[in-house]
Amino acid sequence: MSAAEAVFRQDFPVKGGDFGKAGTVACRIKELLKDLGLDTWTVRRAAIVAYEAEMNVIMYAWEARVDLAVSAGAVHLVFDDRGPGIPDIELAMTEGYTTATAEMRELGFGAGMGLPNIKRNADDFRIESEVGRGTRLDITIRTNGHRTS
Amino acid sequence: MIALKDVLALLDGELLTPSTSPEAAFRTVFASDLMSDVLASAEPGSLLLTGLANTHVVSTCNVADLAGVVFVQGKRPPAEVVDQAQVRQLPLIATKITMFEACSRMAGRLEDGGHVRR
Repeated sequence: MSAAEAVFRQDFPVKGGDFGKAGTVACRIKELLKDLGLDTWTVRRAAIVAYEAEMNVIMYAWEARVDLAVSAGAVHLVFDDRGPGIPDIELAMTEGYTTATAEMRELGFGAGMGLPNIKRNADDFRIESEVGRGTRLDITIRTNGHRTS
Repeated sequence: MIALKDVLALLDGELLTPSTSPEAAFRTVFASDLMSDVLASAEPGSLLLTGLANTHVVSTCNVADLAGVVFVQGKRPPAEVVDQAQVRQLPLIATKITMFEACSRMAGRLEDGGHVRR
């Protein structure tokens, strides 16, 4: 989506390891999408995607920039992080596969469902990662789209 | 639908959020300590039964449109979690009974289709 197509655009920083603020960006995105008048189902899917991706940054990366862009027919979310990257994306996409620590799991996360949950709620999902540099998620949720499962 | 007052009676529960609406009601129930499972599978309007008592529970409910939380087995969330829930009008309930017993009682209530069974 080009900047010209977007009717609304905002970016947010996320800091790795900041468990105390986890969910802040996702909740803000949800409020913004509701205020823009998007339907409940689209707002919910976008909020779930944003929350899982935000948790991944907090658990595994050092920092990220989140770009939210809303056009007439879709919500577009980009999570671009600086972090360790993912050596095997296919493995990371497997439900239940996790590298989370016991501390992360005690918080209720790190069950190996984050990336699969993001994909399930997205109409278009792209992931690129470079070990030692970071990971970029590019997600589109169409306002007339459906969960894939 | 299951009314908040019925949940309190069924689970010997204590309402931790007195400023939330006493008229709250729940479409169904979801039980988990894993917030990713809640995000993946819980239906909007559900009551969440959980042993996790931190801020992520309130954020997860907000993100996934859950309508209330029961903390089982004597778990009590910190004051800031209760404050967040009150701001978001999310009723929080504490009960001393176990997750299994809480699920069992709620399942019995759902099967009865509206009548409280003890």
